[in-house]
Order: sequence, then C-alpha cells, then structure tokens
Amino acid sequence: MRITCPYCGARSSHEFAYLGDAAPTRPDPSAPDAAEAFHAYVYERDNPAGPLDELWYHSAGCRRWLKVTRDTRTHAITAVAFAEAGESAR
Amino acid sequence: MSRYSVLSLIANALTGQTGWKPAWRDATPKPAYEVIIVGGGGHGLATAYYLAKEHGIRNIAVLEKAHIGSGNAGRNTTIIRSNYLLPGNEPFYEWSMKLWEGLEQDLNYNAMVSQRGIINLFHSDGQRDAYARRGNAMRLAGADSQLLDREQVRALCPFLDFDNSRFPIKGGLMQARAGTARHDAVVWGYARAADRLGVDIVQNCEVTGFIREGDAVVGVETTRGSIRAGKVGLAVAGSTSRLTRLLDLRLPIESHALQAFVSEGLKPLVPGVITFGMGHFYVSQSDKGGLVFGGDIDGYNSYAQRGNLPVVEDVAEGGMAVMPLIGRLRMLRAWGGLVDMSMDGSPIIDVGPLPGLYLNTGWNYGGFKATPASGWCFAHTIAKDAAHALNSAFRLDRFRSGHIIDEKGVGAQPNLH
Ligand SMILES: Cc1cc2nc3c(=O)[nH]c(=O)nc-3n(C[C@H](O)[C@H](O)[C@H](O)COP(=O)(O)OP(=O)(O)OC[C@H]3O[C@@H](n4cnc5c(N)ncnc54)[C@H](O)[C@@H]3O)c2cc1C
Ligand SMILES: [Zn+2]
Repeated sequence: MRITCPYCGARSSHEFAYLGDAAPTRPDPSAPDAAEAFHAYVYERDNPAGPLDELWYHSAGCRRWLKVTRDTRTHAITAVAFAEAGESAR
Repeated sequence: MSRYSVLSLIANALTGQTGWKPAWRDATPKPAYEVIIVGGGGHGLATAYYLAKEHGIRNIAVLEKAHIGSGNAGRNTTIIRSNYLLPGNEPFYEWSMKLWEGLEQDLNYNAMVSQRGIINLFHSDGQRDAYARRGNAMRLAGADSQLLDREQVRALCPFLDFDNSRFPIKGGLMQARAGTARHDAVVWGYARAADRLGVDIVQNCEVTGFIREGDAVVGVETTRGSIRAGKVGLAVAGSTSRLTRLLDLRLPIESHALQAFVSEGLKPLVPGVITFGMGHFYVSQSDKGGLVFGGDIDGYNSYAQRGNLPVVEDVAEGGMAVMPLIGRLRMLRAWGGLVDMSMDGSPIIDVGPLPGLYLNTGWNYGGFKATPASGWCFAHTIAKDAAHALNSAFRLDRFRSGHIIDEKGVGAQPNLH
C-alpha cells in the first residue's frame, strides 16, 4: 500500500504510523454528559466496511498528521490531506 | 450417524471405504428456532454443541454465510495455550486447555490435539522477571509452567541464535501442556457432534438483517429467508461490526488483517511452539513438516482478507533475529484473515446489549485456543441469560466501568496489540 503525502509524494505505508478513525473528537470534559462522551470517544468505533477517514502520521517523512480516505475492503485511497484544517502543501 | 471406532475403520476397510456417511446433515433452515447462532466458525459450532449437550436445548441452528470453517477457524496458526497473566483471563484459558485435553474423546473425532509445548523466549533480566511472574500466575490458576534458563532452552532448540548481540536469548517460559490442534478438524468435529445432538448446520446462509420487536431481536433476515428465534447469538469474528451496525450499535471493536505464513517442508526440527520476546514472531512445525509462522496484525482497519508487504518484512526480520536458518527456506504460502480487535485486547462474551441478542466477539489474534471454552461459556451465557464465572470479566460494560482486561498493558489502542 502506498500513501501519497501532500508534502512528500507517494511513499510506502511503512513510513507512516496509524492512529485510526479520524472521526472521534475529544469531548468537552466539563460537559454534563462528559463520562458517556469520553467512553464513546475512547472505545466505540463505527468500524465500517467501506470508505473510512483515518489519521496517519508520516513519521519517516515530513512528520505531519494526514487524513487519509481509504476503502477498508480494497485498501484503495481516494483522498489525502493534512489533518489540521487550513494547512496546505508547501 | 454411527460412532467412529476401530471396528468402523475395519468394517469400512473391508468394504472398500464406500460405507462412510457425511459427517453432518446439510440442513435446510426451518422458519423458527429456539436459538440461532450466526457464524459457523469454531466458536459458533462449539456454542451450539455445548448448548445441546450441557443445557439440553435441541432446537438450534448455526447459520454460516459460506461453508463452515471458512473464516478464521480455517486459516489460523493453530496454537493452543493457557499462558495468560490476569485473573480475568487465565482461568478461562486454562479451562479451554482442559477441554482441549478431553476434546477428542468427547467429540469422538480426531482433532490432532498435540501438546508439544510452547516456549516464550526472554532476552533481558526485566523480561525474565515478567515471565517468572506470569508463570506464577499460571500456577495459581492451576496451569503448568516452567522457567527455563539459557542452557535448558539450548538443549531443546539448538538451532536458535543464542549469541545475537541485540537479542541474546537468556531463557524462556515453557508451558509443556500447550501445543497445536488441527484447525479444520476442530470445526468438523464440533459440527458432527452438534449435528448428532440435532443442531441444524445451515451453510450458504448469510445473515443480512434482524427481525425486531420494539427493542428486542426476535430473529434474522438471511439470503435463505427470514428465520425467527427466541435468542440470537453472534459469533462472526471480524464481521461483528458489519452486523451490529444494522442494529445501530457501536462496539469497542476494529477489524484488522492478520497474516500467516508457511514454508516448504522440512524434517522434524522445531519441537514445539517458539515465540520471540523482543518483536512479534512465533513459529511451530506442522505435521507435514512446513514451518508455520506469523507476527503482528497489519495494524490498520481492514476487511480485505489479505495482508500487505511491510508486515511480511517485519515477520521475516523477527524470524531472522532468533532463527537465522529461516533465511534459507522458501516460503510456500501467505494468507490473511479478519480479526476483531477489541480495545483492551480481550474478548467479549455477554448477554445483550439488546434483548434477545448475545455477543461473542473481540478475539483479536488469539481466539483459536479459546474455541472450546468460548463455546462452553457462550452456551452458558445464552442458556442462563447470565455470564458464567469464567467469562464474568468479559462483559461489554467493562469499558464503561473501567474494568478493562489489559493483558498486554498497552492501553486503549487496538492497533498496538
Ligand atoms: C492468520 C491467523 C492466525 C491465527 N493464529 C491463531 C493461533 O495460532 N492461535 C489462536 O488461538 N488464535 C489464532 N488466530 C485467531 C483465531 O483464528 C480467531 O480468533 C478465531 O478463529 C475466531 O473465532 P471463530 O473461529 O468462530 O471465527 P471464524 O472462523 O472467523 O467464524 C466466523 C464465521 O462467521 C461467518 N460469518 C460472518 N458474517 C456472517 C453473516 N453475516 N452471516 C453468516 N455467517 C457469517 C464467517 O463466514 C465465518 O465462518 C489466528 C487468526 C488468523 C487470521
Ligand atoms: Zn510527508
């Protein structure tokens, strides 16, 4: 599997570290439902068979976090972007 | 169906081997059952068998989308052992070992259970201490263990690289009662024994939806029509999320690919199972002579029943670090399976989370050894609507209550297991 990093170009997935589903976002710890929200954030996953937005860290390259859209049935990658909004390739 | 025995062997030998009957009926689904088990892997079939045998429930169907044993049950590296550490885990796996030891007599089927032993190598003083502690935990739970020093390991496995400067072998934790079992035979044995107790084994029957009454699950939709049931148990390994999604349930599960490899055949070399303590690599030798080995999961969500090359390289590196002769061997085959990685690395056997539904999932890469105890405990859980003491720590709400069973001590990251 090769991932096309917006900064470094197409590289072997070996150069990247995987974090998983990009959807969960850290809940507000002071919200009244924080305990439930943290349980879902830490443990529960959609785990779809199909397209999934996921976080990969280009550890042996530009060392940036990427958001990769990949089909979990075929490993086909349809989109790669920097994970932080507003950041673009230089 | 008649029992297998020396007499049946002789009788069939004298009649040209024409008298053998199929080992189980190819059942057509009935409109309703008392219990439906989804998934005809080892766990599903064992569950049906123990439901019939231990709990007297006879109106049971096992629904399998392809042929039985076509999932992980038919593609694993066949290692059975009970060398776990934690109180929530070790008694369960030791019960599984005990069931393995009596399995062939119980099922009247040769599952080729071979107690050839496992050695977990250690390479540092810290690792020795950790394994000594694990060995003691095993003994406290009634299992066997023995801490071997370097020379004792060398006597058993002279072909290992004892002088590797990065990973010198300092000894190993041995469980002599561990070993391997023939995976297909386990499936076939449970299928035949369950069938003899009246269980319907329905192949080529994919569950595509659920029949609901309010919150409750009261049956399943399948490619062979709707089937109602008082209780529906899921034992579909890496496909659990695909089914629970249809019920709007999110679980602490990710599906990952795990690969295995087999080399060309050799004369007997590896006496038991050997695991490399500093990376992830393990090896045993099959009865046909091939070395069977594997390592980590591919490490990212996958429903593709195949692996990728970085893990092949990683496994080969692990192999070369402990057993350099492996570099002279040709690899014959590599394959992958879908494993259901749970967020603490331990399984889930539980009632619910919806009325009428029962869960058996999260076996990660180690559920084959659990097959007998998993079926035994899941049958108890379904029949009694409550977990048995042996699986009482495997409940789904442990993630909510904080009672996770973090056997490997790596935290809530399935891709690290
Ligand atoms: C390469 C590899 C090596 C492994 N090595 C070991 C090992 O050495 N020791 C060990 O202890 N464990 C090992 N494991 C793990 C072990 O194989 C699994 O944890 C265990 O087999 C899972 O339980 P099961 O046998 O019931 O699953 P499976 O055999 O996967 O059974 C699930 C069944 O459900 C069926 N199914 C799925 N969806 C549906 C549906 N919608 N409708 C109907 N049926 C459906 C599937 O077709 C499948 O047959 C290994 C796994 C892999 C992939
Ligand atoms: Zn990069």
